[in-house]
Amino acid sequence: MISRRDFLQVGMAASALVGASGFGNWSKLAAQQALTQDELLQFDTFGNVSLIHVTDIHAQLKPVYFREPEVNIGVGANKGEVPHITGATFRKMYGIEDGSPAHYALTYDDFTALAQAYGRMGGMDRVATVVNAIRADRPDAILLDGGDTWHGSYTCHHTEGQDMVNVMNALKPDAMTFHWEFTLGQDRVRELVEGLPFAALGQNIFDAEWDEPSEEFAPYEFFERGGTKIAVIGQAFPYTPIANPSWLFPDYSFGIRDERMQEMVNEVRGQGAELVVVLSHNGFDVDKQMATVVEGIDVILSGHTHDAVPEPVLVGETMIVASGSNGKFVSRVDLDVRDGRMMGFRHKLIPVFSDVIEPDAEMTALIDEQRAPFEAEMGEVIGQTDSLLYRRGNFNGTWDDLICDALLSEREAEIALSPGVRWGPSLIPGDDITREDIWNVTSMSYPEAYRTEMTGEFLKVVLEDVADNIFNPNPYYQQGGDMVRTGGLGYRIDVSRPQGERISDLTLLGSGEAIEADRSYVVAGWASVNEGTEGPPIWDVVESHVRKLGTVSVSGNDDVTVTGVEGE
Amino acid sequence: MEFTRRETLVIGAAAAAVAALPMPAMAATTDELIAEFTGGADVAEGGVDLDAPEIAENGNTVPIEVGAEGATAIMVLAAGNPVPPVATFNFGPLAGATRAKTRIRLATSQDVIAVAKLADGSFAKATKAVKVTIGGCGG
Repeated sequence: MISRRDFLQVGMAASALVGASGFGNWSKLAAQQALTQDELLQFDTFGNVSLIHVTDIHAQLKPVYFREPEVNIGVGANKGEVPHITGATFRKMYGIEDGSPAHYALTYDDFTALAQAYGRMGGMDRVATVVNAIRADRPDAILLDGGDTWHGSYTCHHTEGQDMVNVMNALKPDAMTFHWEFTLGQDRVRELVEGLPFAALGQNIFDAEWDEPSEEFAPYEFFERGGTKIAVIGQAFPYTPIANPSWLFPDYSFGIRDERMQEMVNEVRGQGAELVVVLSHNGFDVDKQMATVVEGIDVILSGHTHDAVPEPVLVGETMIVASGSNGKFVSRVDLDVRDGRMMGFRHKLIPVFSDVIEPDAEMTALIDEQRAPFEAEMGEVIGQTDSLLYRRGNFNGTWDDLICDALLSEREAEIALSPGVRWGPSLIPGDDITREDIWNVTSMSYPEAYRTEMTGEFLKVVLEDVADNIFNPNPYYQQGGDMVRTGGLGYRIDVSRPQGERISDLTLLGSGEAIEADRSYVVAGWASVNEGTEGPPIWDVVESHVRKLGTVSVSGNDDVTVTGVEGE
Repeated sequence: MEFTRRETLVIGAAAAAVAALPMPAMAATTDELIAEFTGGADVAEGGVDLDAPEIAENGNTVPIEVGAEGATAIMVLAAGNPVPPVATFNFGPLAGATRAKTRIRLATSQDVIAVAKLADGSFAKATKAVKVTIGGCGG
């Protein structure tokens, strides 16, 4: 069996060594002099196979700030386990110094100060430089895209994913799997998938009518590399028709379908695969569980839950690699595959510091070409922010506070609901808020900001339902998002309880009174999965609100009290 | 494999039955239904394949598949439905495979139970929790 310590190259921890003492004395210049492209890309090529993993880019072509979560609670067997570790605990676990680049890239605290020192991360032209550098070491490295690529920006929405397809085609991935892509609508998905010059994979993408594997998505693809036969099996997001509107893609069914995954592993092994890689959009905890149920997977490249994990997590003989989101990271995994099995690996989670990694000129030009028709309208400054605007966290983020405030005031509601999605980059105090920034946190194909009445009882049902999608102790019943955000509504949640018993003390914040089960409340929200939802698009609602405010100040909130995290 | 006439009627009439029987308390419990099926014999856990989604994409039509090596009959129950019996599949000696696939309606999140009568007269059971949600928001 592999000796983990022998083969592991702790990329992030190594780069943290330059961090020296606290960030407070560092000017931006000093910080960047301490960090070089060569250092970020340094990797002693190992074995005979290289995998490159990117995932959950959410159409972020340009560098962004992206604050990682402060609150990311694990339940059941995943309590206190990676990736449910944040902040100082995370840094201690991985030997990351306070104030170091790795602190900034991987944890949430002191985000504003560190963002000013280290700058934005990602940008697909920087990602191209990283990919090209790996290919210079290993020309036949396999580049795999974990999905959530054709969603999440102004240009992606207006081109129906074409900007991302053009950019990714230039990056030349070898295979891809899917989730938000389907929200473009099934006709558009078919059109784009048919034109892809690489494999579109999903062993769990089924024909909804016949409950049989879809003929439009292959379950796996074989690659011959370094004298070995490698199978890459695709796993799309299992709950796409539940977390997103199924009416946009009624011909397709998904599900975890781990029994078929086992059949596919057996099938590719039977055809001589010496290395079995799963390109997954399951989410980290689901992938861990699947690794215990399905035998014979060597590597799971994990997406969906946006976790950036500096070391692979080993479950039995399966190695799980998670590569963050929004283009912040690229994972490189070198493998030694001999005698029909994986003998060792070397891994690095490469942080894409945009001011350190030189952009690839051709890719920059291609990105600018995609953006050019929209630059004027999306570059318009709508307002400014005095506060750090971020989204990630189990219960709330300041971007969502702002969106909920916009819904309450623009839609004249008592209560606002905003979906607990994990995408959406951050802005730091002093930043302009452009139209593009607003679209980065709201862009989707079902943006209608509805206004309706809900009884107190129904509101509790909604909160209980969503809470169980996050805190069900069995990962197979989790959907991988965060809790629905509430405006004008406070509550207590005991994450350790079963569904129906987690939520209590619902309070209408406007009056301070307890929510009554029988009373109706005026509720505004967006991103309903129901067909026929009516209302103005959420980005117009937020834009109008920000225009009126001029300068946004959001201090965060303590409207949700969380219990059941500590102890048993 | 065949549906008995009675069970087929139950499937077809399930929606109507919900409306027509406002007193589900009168319906037999799953334990009673299992006891009726087995004649009170012991039921082993496992040995029955029960394939159902963890979370239903549409509670009105949930694909399930049941199978057991050498089964002569498999009863499917939806424990949380107002009328729990879903179907009993009977396999004759000429049955090519002792598996069956259908779609069922689930009123709410609940356990789906499959009880198989095996060739030697013994019984085996499998249970799977299927969630019916109102939809959420993914990453």
